[in-house]
Amino acid sequence: MKLTSLHGNHLKLNARMGEFAGYDMPLYYDLGVLKEHEWVREHAGLFDVSHMGQISLKGKGAQDLLQKLTPSSFEKLGINRAKYTVLLNEQGGIIDDLMVTKIGEDEFHMVINAGCKNKDIAWLKDNLTDGLIFTYFEDWALMALQGPQSEAVIKDVLGIDVSDLPYMGLWYKDYTMFISRLGYTGEDGFELSVPNEAASPLWDRLLTDDRVQPIGLAARDSLRLEMGYCLYGHDIDANTTPTEADLSWIMSKQAKEQASPPTRKRVGIVLTDKGIAREGAQVKTKSGEIIGTLTSGGYSPTLKQSIGQAYLPIEWTMTDTEIDVDVRGKLISAKVTPMPFLKPKTKGKV
Amino acid sequence: MTVKFTKDHEWIKIEDNHVAVIGITEYAQHALGDLVFIELPKMGAVFSKGANFAVVESVKTAAEVYTPVTGEVVAVNNALENDFDLLKSESDGWIAKFRMTDAAELEGLMDQSAYQDYLKTVE
Repeated sequence: MKLTSLHGNHLKLNARMGEFAGYDMPLYYDLGVLKEHEWVREHAGLFDVSHMGQISLKGKGAQDLLQKLTPSSFEKLGINRAKYTVLLNEQGGIIDDLMVTKIGEDEFHMVINAGCKNKDIAWLKDNLTDGLIFTYFEDWALMALQGPQSEAVIKDVLGIDVSDLPYMGLWYKDYTMFISRLGYTGEDGFELSVPNEAASPLWDRLLTDDRVQPIGLAARDSLRLEMGYCLYGHDIDANTTPTEADLSWIMSKQAKEQASPPTRKRVGIVLTDKGIAREGAQVKTKSGEIIGTLTSGGYSPTLKQSIGQAYLPIEWTMTDTEIDVDVRGKLISAKVTPMPFLKPKTKGKV
Repeated sequence: MTVKFTKDHEWIKIEDNHVAVIGITEYAQHALGDLVFIELPKMGAVFSKGANFAVVESVKTAAEVYTPVTGEVVAVNNALENDFDLLKSESDGWIAKFRMTDAAELEGLMDQSAYQDYLKTVE
């Protein structure tokens, strides 16, 4: 199994480890999943997300290429601003979802999913035009500090004032640390990209602050689920399109005009009766017809009920539509709910 | 009172009148992590040996609980629904009580020391 440069730090913290996308990753630490989840919503949680791929595309035509491979426009994106988008295959299916930061005109930094690294890199390389330089920052680590106290922690521990950094903005002074104000939790927070050798000391330093706790992948998943964010390979994949995935907000005007209206759409589902529905559970109409399958599902520690996502035929996607979810053969009442399930607390200004 | 253990980490205590009290071990609880839901059996339901009679769910997974004996459910610990920590209690952490139909089914289950040895092999 592959290891991140913070692997030793996780073992020292007595993390319960598990495999994710070929990496031995921390699932949770001594606090446990529920408390870790709450900690991020109230304080600041530190995540190792170094398994994700950091790549860049630079040179004349970089923006054109990204606009060809994604449904998004980067023309109006400011320098040092990030945008969420997806890589599309020739059929319009989603190869991966990613964050793209514009570092300069025709220079973009991207963070891609761990499990998609190889195919994304191959896809980008296949599409490179003359004069474009592709770089894979294999020896860089990535950690996320998420939660309402993150800004203060960065100021107090690192001496860096990021109070003026807007949501989706990037800060860097030299080329030793890149701080982006974004994340996967719905909280105000940051992702810190540093060379591998700097990762372990930085991780330890951030943890010296009482407001910071290490958070594993289990809570990362429950936090993102509450926000209705997609998990690649589950909620989106090569067989789903951005419009089906309810991601038309990432699409350029042109891409929207070209897209055919979807016949199914990704929606949120909340169980109104007791029980927990997980990925794979069938969604049924009240008359018993199967209309979909949960692509993600689980317990929401904040709402204290079971939430999930599913693709349902358009006629079943109206808010408050009553449905059933089949959990081990038992039908549990549920309803279609807008996502995010909770109001995000990311910094408003962009 | 004798306590026996299964390879799936259930414990089973035999009370008088062929009543078997079943719960899950500390090891099982620890492996599951934070619990968020428990699905209990209905009173009067009949399960055969090896059947799934309850489900204990943590944030990440749903773990089925199996009965090592055939019998009818004669008591359900409903207090667990509101307090998962109770599972840890030796006296109050039981999930359900069964009226056994065949005491011979207990043969082959592990005793305390055999279970401790078994735990060393599953680590």
